[in-house]
Amino acid sequence: MTRPKPLVAVKDLNFRRGDRLIFDGVDIEIQRGKITAIMGPSGTGKTTLLKLIAGQLRPDAGFVSVDGLEVHSLSREQLFLLRRRMGMLFQSGALLTDLDVFENVAFPVREHTDLTESMIRNLVLMKLEAVGLRGASHLYPRELSGGMARRVALARAIALDPMMVMYDEPFSGQDPISMGVLVQLIHRLNDALNLTSIIVSHDVPETASIADYIYVLSEGKVVGEGTPEELGRSRSEWVMQFMHGLADGPVPFHYPAPEFFDDLMAEPLR
Amino acid sequence: MIEVLRRFGRTGLRFFERLGRGNIFFLHVLAGVPALVLRPTLVIAQTWSVGVRSLIITVVSGTFVGMVLGLQGYNTLVDFGAEESLGVVVALSLVRELGPVVSALLFAGRAGSALTAEIGLMKATEQLDGMEMMAVDPLRRVVAPRFMAGVISMPLLAAMFSAVGVLGGYFVGVGLLGVDEGAFWSQMQSKVDVYEDILNGVIKSLVFGVVVTWIAVFEGYDTVPTSEGVSAATTRTVVHSSLAVLGLDFVLTALMFN
Ligand SMILES: Nc1ncnc2c1ncn2[C@@H]1O[C@H](COP(=O)(O)OP(=O)(O)OP(=O)(O)O)[C@@H](O)[C@H]1O
Ligand SMILES: [Mg+2]
Repeated sequence: MTRPKPLVAVKDLNFRRGDRLIFDGVDIEIQRGKITAIMGPSGTGKTTLLKLIAGQLRPDAGFVSVDGLEVHSLSREQLFLLRRRMGMLFQSGALLTDLDVFENVAFPVREHTDLTESMIRNLVLMKLEAVGLRGASHLYPRELSGGMARRVALARAIALDPMMVMYDEPFSGQDPISMGVLVQLIHRLNDALNLTSIIVSHDVPETASIADYIYVLSEGKVVGEGTPEELGRSRSEWVMQFMHGLADGPVPFHYPAPEFFDDLMAEPLR
Repeated sequence: MIEVLRRFGRTGLRFFERLGRGNIFFLHVLAGVPALVLRPTLVIAQTWSVGVRSLIITVVSGTFVGMVLGLQGYNTLVDFGAEESLGVVVALSLVRELGPVVSALLFAGRAGSALTAEIGLMKATEQLDGMEMMAVDPLRRVVAPRFMAGVISMPLLAAMFSAVGVLGGYFVGVGLLGVDEGAFWSQMQSKVDVYEDILNGVIKSLVFGVVVTWIAVFEGYDTVPTSEGVSAATTRTVVHSSLAVLGLDFVLTALMFN
C-alpha cells in the first residue's frame, strides 16, 4: 500500500546539544488531516523535535520538510510565510505579558491581516469561546493559572486558522474536566478545521484516545510507532514500558550519569 | 604562564565575537527601522515608556546641576569681578557637556536598564521564541521600536536637562546672589552659538542616544535566558553604556571643540 504524501517528513534527523546526541537518525512522517502523537520520556527531545520542525533549530544532519518545502533551506522570509500556516502551542504558553488575554489572541491577527476592529473582535471572541475563556478576555497573563494560560495559547495558535498545529504538552497542568474538554477540543478542531495536529505528551490514555498514529521516542531513536491499538498490543519492551508506565524496562529514569558509586567516591569538583 | 595567556586569549576572542554579534544585531535593527513609519503607534508607545518616564529624574537632576553651577560659577567669577558672565558659564557648561553627558548617564540608569530587563525577560519566558513562531520578527516588532524611541528621546531629554539647568542657574545667580538679570541673559545670548555650541551638544546627545540604546537592547536580546542572566545583563548595560558615554564624550569633544 502506498501512503499519501505526508505533510511533515523528518528524514534521518541528527541533532546534538553540546556532547549529547539528542536525535540519532530519526524518521517521522505526519499525515495530512490526522492527529499524530509524539510520546516519550521527559528529556528525550520532544520539544526539541517541534523546534526543529518549525525551523527554530537547525539539524546537524538529515532534513525536515513541511508541505513539500525543505524547512532548513528556506530563506527567512519563506520560513516566516510557512510559519503563518503553522500554529504552535508552547509548553510554557509563551503569552506576551504586557498584553491581556484578548490582545494576546489578537496579536497574530493584527500582525498579519488588515481586518477591521470589529472583525478582529468577533474572531478573537470566537477562538476564546472555543477554549472556554471568553470571560477571561480582560485578564493579564499573570492573573491566569498555568492551565488557563495554556488554553489561551491554544486560542492564539489557531487564531489564523493554520494548516497544522503543534501542541507541546497541552494536557499537563489541566484538571480532569478541562483535560477532557481539551482532548475533545483538539479532536474537534482537527476535524472541523481540517487541521493536521502533532501532539507531544506523556499522558498516555488521553493522547491514545484521539491520536491516529503514535511515535514513541527514546534515547534519540524512534523505538515504536503505530496506531494506538497496534502499540497497545506491541511486545516491544520499550513501548510496553512507556504505554503502561512500568518502572522496570529499558527506558532509563535518569539523565545519563556515571555509576552512582563512582560518583559518590569521586573527588569533589573543587 | 601558558594558562594565563590562554585565558587572556579566550577572553579576547569572546569579546570580539560579542562585538561582532552586536554589530550584526545593530544592522538588523536598523533594517527594521524604515518599516516603523507605517506603524508609528509602536514607536509612540515606546517613547512614552522610554522617554517620558525618564523625564522627572532628568528635570530634577538638571535643576540641581544648574543650581550648583550657579553657585560655583558665581564664587569663581566674583573674584575677577566677572559675575555678569555667570549666564554664559552656566549655559555653555550645560549645553556643551553636562546636558548631554549627565542626561545620558541618567538615561542609561533609568531607561537602559529597564529596556535590557524587559527584553531579557521576554527572552527568558519564551515570548520572543513565541513571536518567531507566529512569524513575527522580534527584532522588528520588539527591538526596533524601542531602539527608535531611545534615539528620539535622548536629545530631547538632554535639551530638557540643559533648559532647566539654565533656569536653576538663573534662580541661584540672579534670584539668590543678586547677579544683574539683564547681563545674565544678554551675555548668554551673545556668547552661545547656535552651531558651535547647541548643534554640537545635540549631536553629542544623539550619538549617546544611539550607543546607550543599542547597548541596552543588545544586552537584553543576547541575555542568557535565566534570572541570573537577566540581572547580569542589566548590570552590564549600565556599566558599559556609562563607560561608553564618558569615553565617547572625550572623543567627540576633541573633534568638535579643539
Ligand atoms: N537550550 C538548551 N541547551 C542545552 N541543552 C538543552 C537545551 N534545551 C534542551 N536541552 C537538552 O535537550 C534535551 C531534550 O530537551 P527537550 O526540552 O526537547 O525535552 P522534552 O522531551 O521536551 O522533555 P519534557 O517532556 O520534559 O518537556 C534535554 O535533555 C535537555 O537537557
Ligand atoms: Mg518539552
